[in-house]
Parts: sequence; C-alpha cells; structure tokens
Amino acid sequence: MPNQEKIRVNQLTKVFLKHKERVMALEDINLSIKDGEFICILGPSGCGKTTLLRILAGLEKSSSGEHQINNSGTDRPLQSMVFQEQGVIPWMTVEENVSLGLRMRHAPKKLINERTKTYLRKVGLTPYAKLYPKELSGGMKQRVSIARAFANDPEILLMDEPFAALDEQNKFILQEELLSIWEETKKTVIFITHSIDEAILLSDRIFLMSSQPGTIKEEVKIDLPRPRQMTQVRSDPNTAEIFLKIWKHLQTEVQESRTKNER
Amino acid sequence: MEELKKAVEVEKEDLRRRQRSKKFKQILTISSPLFMLVIWEFLSQTAIIDPRFFPPPTTILQTLFSMSASGELFEHVRISLIRILFGFLLGVIPAITLGLIMGMYSSVRHFFSPLIMALMPIPTLAMLPIILIIFGIGEFSKMVTIAASVFFPVVINTVAGVMNIDKVYSDVAKNYGANPKDFFMKIALPGAMPVMMEGIQMGQAIALLTIVAAEMIGANSGIGYVIWMNYKAFLIAEMFVGLILISFFGYLFSLLLRGLQSKLIPWK
Ligand SMILES: Nc1ncnc2c1ncn2[C@@H]1O[C@H](COP(=O)(O)OP(=O)(O)OP(=O)(O)O)[C@@H](O)[C@H]1O
Ligand SMILES: [Mg+2]
Repeated sequence: MPNQEKIRVNQLTKVFLKHKERVMALEDINLSIKDGEFICILGPSGCGKTTLLRILAGLEKSSSGEHQINNSGTDRPLQSMVFQEQGVIPWMTVEENVSLGLRMRHAPKKLINERTKTYLRKVGLTPYAKLYPKELSGGMKQRVSIARAFANDPEILLMDEPFAALDEQNKFILQEELLSIWEETKKTVIFITHSIDEAILLSDRIFLMSSQPGTIKEEVKIDLPRPRQMTQVRSDPNTAEIFLKIWKHLQTEVQESRTKNER
Repeated sequence: MEELKKAVEVEKEDLRRRQRSKKFKQILTISSPLFMLVIWEFLSQTAIIDPRFFPPPTTILQTLFSMSASGELFEHVRISLIRILFGFLLGVIPAITLGLIMGMYSSVRHFFSPLIMALMPIPTLAMLPIILIIFGIGEFSKMVTIAASVFFPVVINTVAGVMNIDKVYSDVAKNYGANPKDFFMKIALPGAMPVMMEGIQMGQAIALLTIVAAEMIGANSGIGYVIWMNYKAFLIAEMFVGLILISFFGYLFSLLLRGLQSKLIPWK
C-alpha cells in the first residue's frame, strides 16, 4: 500500500546520562515515512543516527516522545536491523545466520528452507551456505547480514552503515544488489550512511541531521528515475548540485561540532 | 602454461617441506618421554640412582603385567574411573547451568558471586570430613568430593565466557526475536563455549588430583589406594604402577577433551 504512512516519529528525544554528565543525543525528532520509501540519513559522526535506529529497533528507550511502526495486518515482524558493526554470529553457519529470525519465530521448516535458499541465492552466497563466518571475507559477511534482514521479511528494514567497511568495488556491487532486492520487495528502508553518493543513489528522500544534539535539519528529495545506476547518478548534472548542497551542509555541521567540542 | 606449472611445483615443494617439519615435530613429541625412560632405565640398572626407590621402567612394566593378571588392578582402575566420571558430571552440569544463568542475569550474578568467591579458596580435601558427615562413607561422597573440586573452575569460566560475548550478538538475537530459552541455547551456551571448555580442561585435571588424594586418605579401593598401600608396604614398583596409571589416564582425558573441543567449537 504505497502512500500510506509506515513510520511515524513524534517529538522524540533521547538523553544519555554518563556518570554526572548529560549527553543530549537526539532532540525533537519528527518523521513521517511512507510505505515502500527508501530513506537515507546523513549526519556528522556522533549526531545520534545509530541511537535513532536503535530506538526504532526497540533496543533503546526514548527519553520522551513517541514512535510507531504500522503493521500491515500480517504476522510479520515489525523491523529487522543490519548492524553497523559485524553482527554476523560466528558460531552459526552462513545458512543459520540467514535463517536466524525465522528460526526464532519458529516458522515452519519448509518456509525457513525456502526463504533461506532464496536470499542466499540473491546475495550470491549459495556455495558458502555451510561455512562459518570466519571463512568469509568482509563483503561476504555484510551480504549475510543483509540476507538475514530480508529473509526475516519485516515490515521495515533498518540499516546502519552496512557498507562503511567495504572497498569501493564491493560497495558498488552490494549497493546494486540491495537496490534490486528492494525493488522486488518494496520494503520501507531507513539507511544510515556517511557517503553522499550512496545516499543519492539509494534514496527517495535524504534526511540531513545536525551535530549534537541530533535534529533533522533538512530533507532532500531525490527524483531520479529507477532503476538507478551509479554511473548514471554520477553523470547527471542535477545530482551534482544536490551533492554540493549536502556536502556544504555536512561541512558546516562538522565544523560546528568541532568548535563545540573545543569549548 | 609454463608459469603455472612452475608455480604449482613451488607450492608442492613447500607443502612437502611443511609435512616433513610436521613429522619431525611429532617425532620430537614422542621421543621426549621415551628419552627420559631410557635414561631412567640406565641410571637405575647401573645403580647410579637407588633402584629400591626408583626401580627401572622395565621392572615397573613387568609389575604392571603381573598385577593385571590377577584382575584386582583392573577392579581398582574401574572404581576410580567410575568415581571420576560421575563426580565430574555431577560437578560440570550444575556449574555450566549456574554459570550461564549468572552470566545472563546480573542480579543472579551479584547474588552468587560472593558465595563462590568465599567457597572457592577452601581446598576440597579440607572439606572431606564435612562431606563424609553429610554423605556418609560410600561411593557417593567420593563423587561429591570430585564434583566440588570441578565445580569452581567451570562455573567461573562459564560466567566469564558469557560476559565475553560481544554485546552486538545479544542485540542481534534480541532484534531477531529470541526468547530467553533460545537466547540461552543459541547465544549464551555456544558463545561461552570456548572459555567454558578451558574451565572444563582445568576441572578435569583437578578431578584427577582430587580422586587420588581422596582415595589415599579415606578409601579401600581405587588407584590412589593402590599407590598408598603399596608405599606403606614398601612395594615401590607396585606404587609406580599406580603413578603411571594416573599419568596415562590424565593424558588420555585431556586428549579426549581436546577432541571434544574441536567437535563442539567448529567455528573457532
Ligand atoms: N549507550 C550510550 N551511553 C551513553 N552515551 C551514548 C550511548 N550511545 C550513544 N551515546 C552517545 O550518543 C551520541 C550519539 O551516538 P550515536 O552512536 O547515535 O552516533 P552516530 O550518529 O551513530 O555516530 P557514527 O556516525 O560515528 O556512527 C554520542 O555522543 C554517543 O557518545
Ligand atoms: Mg553510528
């Protein structure tokens, strides 16, 4: 159901107490995200991106405000997260990692096998199904994380800088894989990144965050036709302008957080 | 084509070299005990060391055969092994269970930690009188003695193992909907396994020490009893047979556990 609201965040605030110090991580976040939208969040390091995702994932409580993920009326899980750090569990095989969510929900065996196979194939890991993560490269592990999130078939996907640790080539390949899977499944995605190019390639809308305390400063709509390719995004003159605008925004925010820290 | 052939040749040569060096190391490993035995044999035969206290290994071996012939030695070994096996399980299973729960729930951990810390330094053998009072002088009290000595290293290592699990894995499990039982079986237990197995290895060594000592103090059967009785009767070769049996089983158990470890932790 496109155009229907999927995620709503109202006046959400998060304060961390460290000993006697207070860290205002998020301040008055308001979001409304439609079903099937691909949203990227860009912001300087430490501005609270991970914190926002962890709150949506139910791993952290907000200090005030509220958030809601709308259920489509099926028994699908609400969300699945792809973690910023390596979240592939070392004592489970590739296959077991991918089927983790389904197994935890005690889904029927047949469904587990089918879905696991499908997503292993989609990310090109079928030959590695029985291996343990120690035998995989960094890019392959990231593929496992992504396959695991999609195989769980959640209402929304939360992805925290999934490609940050990869080299350019691997990143390009995985970005295109992600886009093609997304175009098939039409899932609502919130994707955190530090790369402006990546954000432009992937998103329908980009949210720009300020430095601490994190607020949503601005929203940029990306209207490029899909399916998109990096070469095409790079050569489009409009995107050059968008790139520059986002770059300037990040520049000022990073500078601001520097001066704040010096004080 | 030529290049490839050459490369394969180089790799093959390298592989052969590595295999040779591996074989050499294996020979070293076997030869050190043999070397010691040969020296011992020589020193004892030539009476450089007193053969009354250090009978030559060949004599010990003969004694071993003659003792085995009567079947009595076998009975002592059997009794000791049963005590070790059941005592070991009696200690390890509760230790793993409590350790996992302590690792998972900090309130349980804070409750039990001081108790464990206070009880751990007491040598189990010092508790033998109390164990005998509570459990009587039968077989069960000997198993309890072993269990008590195995319990502490295993519980401590299991807690440490769970605490060592990277927080991101428990976040992943939570995010993908693991209930407490799944968390226990699929995250805490396998995640803690490597450190836990170290504790079990340690426990196995302590179990052997404990059973021999316990059998020397208060038993009329078992390998420890064999050692002690023969010492008191000044049958030194027979005493050495007991020592060699202990050494043999200690080595065997650690090999078995090593094998079990690589079965249980294929992902390391
Ligand atoms: N558990 C916590 N306890 C205390 N402070 C925290 C905690 N988690 C995050 N913070 C603080 O909240 C702020 C935001 O952290 P967060 O991890 O959300 O940043 P981020 O935008 O994801 O940064 P990066 O881009 O580097 O990943 C930081 O100042 C951080 O120190
Ligand atoms: Mg982050």
